[in-house]
Amino acid sequence: MIRYALKRLWLGAIIISFALMMMFAMVYLIPGDPASVALGPRATPEMKEALRERMGLDQPVWRQFTNFYGSALRGDLGTEVLSNRPVLDVVMEQLPFTLALIVGGITWSVALGIPLGCIAAVRRGGFVDQVIGVLSVAMIAVPSFVIAIYSLLVFAVALQWLPAIGAGEPGNIASQLQHLILPSLAVGLGWIGYISRMVRASMLETLEASHIRTARAFGLPEHRIIYTYALRIAVLPTITLLGVGIGHMLSSSVFAEIVFARPGIGKLVYEAISVRNYPIVSGAVLVTTVFFVLVNVAADIVVGLLDPRVRSSFS
Amino acid sequence: MRRIMREPLGAIGLTLVAVVVLSAVFASILTGYTPSKISPAERFASPSLLHLLGTDHLGRDLFTRVLYGGRVALLIALGSTAVSLLVGVVLGLIAGYGPRWLDNVLLLVFDAVKSFPTVMLALTLVTLFGPSLYAVVVVVMLVNVPGYARIIRTQTLVLKSAEHVMAARSMGASAGRILRVHILPNIIGPILILVSMDIPVVVAIEAGMSFLGLGVRPPTPSWGAILNDGFANIRDSYWIVIAGGLPIVLTTLGFTFFGETLRDLFDPRLKGRT
Repeated sequence: MIRYALKRLWLGAIIISFALMMMFAMVYLIPGDPASVALGPRATPEMKEALRERMGLDQPVWRQFTNFYGSALRGDLGTEVLSNRPVLDVVMEQLPFTLALIVGGITWSVALGIPLGCIAAVRRGGFVDQVIGVLSVAMIAVPSFVIAIYSLLVFAVALQWLPAIGAGEPGNIASQLQHLILPSLAVGLGWIGYISRMVRASMLETLEASHIRTARAFGLPEHRIIYTYALRIAVLPTITLLGVGIGHMLSSSVFAEIVFARPGIGKLVYEAISVRNYPIVSGAVLVTTVFFVLVNVAADIVVGLLDPRVRSSFS
Repeated sequence: MRRIMREPLGAIGLTLVAVVVLSAVFASILTGYTPSKISPAERFASPSLLHLLGTDHLGRDLFTRVLYGGRVALLIALGSTAVSLLVGVVLGLIAGYGPRWLDNVLLLVFDAVKSFPTVMLALTLVTLFGPSLYAVVVVVMLVNVPGYARIIRTQTLVLKSAEHVMAARSMGASAGRILRVHILPNIIGPILILVSMDIPVVVAIEAGMSFLGLGVRPPTPSWGAILNDGFANIRDSYWIVIAGGLPIVLTTLGFTFFGETLRDLFDPRLKGRT
C-alpha cells in the first residue's frame, strides 16, 4: 500500500513540475518583451530596463529557469506588476469562492444523484427506472455552460426567483447561499447523472449479495433492507467517483463564474488573459493544477485503500 | 440500423443526429440568408416568419447562423476526433509493441497530460498561441489522445502474444506488417464505438471555447459564439441564447443517445467505461 501511495505521489510530483515547465515556457514564449507589455507603450527605455532587471529578464535563460523553479517551490510565484502584490496572494484570495462553488456542486450531485440511483435500482426495469436512466444520460451529455446560461435565463431573468450575478454580500451567509444555488447546480448537474448511474449499478450488485438475502430470509421489512443495509454499501464507490468529479467541476466552475459574474479562479484567469496579465494567468493555472493533482492523488489512494485490486493493477 | 431504431432511445438519438447532420449539409438550401451578412436595420428582431429564430445584435439571421454553425461544429468534431484517433492509435501501438522503456515513458506522458484540468489547459494554450480553430483541435487532442492510446496499448499487449501474431513473427514478418495486418484490424472495432461516444464531448469543447472567445474567430458562425453574443444581451433579447444553446443541447443529446444504444447493442463489455 505504501509503495502504491508513493508511486502516485511521485507521478503527482512529475505532473506538477511539468506544469511548472509549461508556465515558464508560457512567460518565455509569449511574443514581445514581458517588461514592455507590463509597462505599456509610453514607458521610457530606462523604466523598461529597470523592470527587466527586477524581473530577472537580463539573466541567461537557464538562470531564469532555475530561479523560477526555486522560487515557485518556495511558494513565490512572482509579483503582479499592476498592483505590486504577490501573485500567490491574488490567486489565494479567489480560491475560497471556487471551492464554495465546487462544494455546492458536490452537494447537488450527492443530494439528488444518490436517491435517484437508489429509486432506479429498486424499480429496476420499470418505467421510473427508464425515465431516470434517460435523465441521467441527458444530464451528463449537456455541457455545463449551456445549463448555466439557461438556468440564468429561466430562474434569474424570467422568473426572478434567484439573483443573477455576484457571490452575495460579504458576511451574509443567507445571501451568499442564495447566490450559490444556480451556479453550483450548473457545476453539479452532470454529476447528478454520473452518481445516479453509479449508485444504481452498485445497488443492483449489492442487492444480490448474501447478507441482503439473509436479511430477506429473516423477514426484515423491504425498506429497511434497502435503505439501511444495501444503500450503505452501495454509496461507497461514489466517494471515489467524486475525486474525479472535483476536477471536472473545477473546469465547469470557470464557465459558471463567468456566466454568473462570480469571483473565483476561473474568472480571475479569464480576465487576466483579456488584459494580458500573464503572471496571474500562470500563477492561477499552476495553483489549480496543483489542487487538481492533489485531489486526484488523494482519491487514488482512497480507492487503493478500499479496493486492493486497484493497487496491483497499478504496479 | 433497424436494431437501433427499435430501441426508443436509439431512435430519438438517430433522428436528432440525422436532423443536425442534414441541416448542416443543406444549410445553403434551407435558408436564403448568408450567415455573416450584417443588416443594422433588423437588429434584435424577435423570432418571426421572416427570421425563424430572430436576429442578433448585428441584425444577422440566427437561424442561418445556427445552420452554418452546425457545419463548423461537425467539421471540427469529426476532424479533431479523426486526428486524435490517428495519433492515439499510433502512440498506443508503439507503447504496446515497442520496447518496455518507451512504454513506460509514454504511459507517464499520457497520465501527465490527463492530469491537467481541461479548461485550464485550453486557457494556457490560447494564451500562448492565440485563439483559433487549431487551438480547439489541439485541446481536443490533448483531452482524447491519452485515453485512446491507453486502450490501444492494452489491446496490443494482449494480442502481442496471440498465436496468429506469433506465427506471423516466426515467418519473419516485420513489426510494421504485424501491427498493420494482424493487430490493428482486431482492435479497431471497439475503439470506434468509444470514439463515436466522444463526439458530443468534442462539440461541447468547441462550443465552450468559442463561448469564451477562445475558439473559432468571428465572424465565422459557431454555436458557442452565438451563445456569447446572446449572453451579453440576455435581459432584452432572450431568443439569441435560446438559438445558440438549443443546437448544442440537441446535438450532444442526439449523439449521446445514439452512441449509448450503439454500444449496448454491439459491445456490452464497454458498458463500464463511461
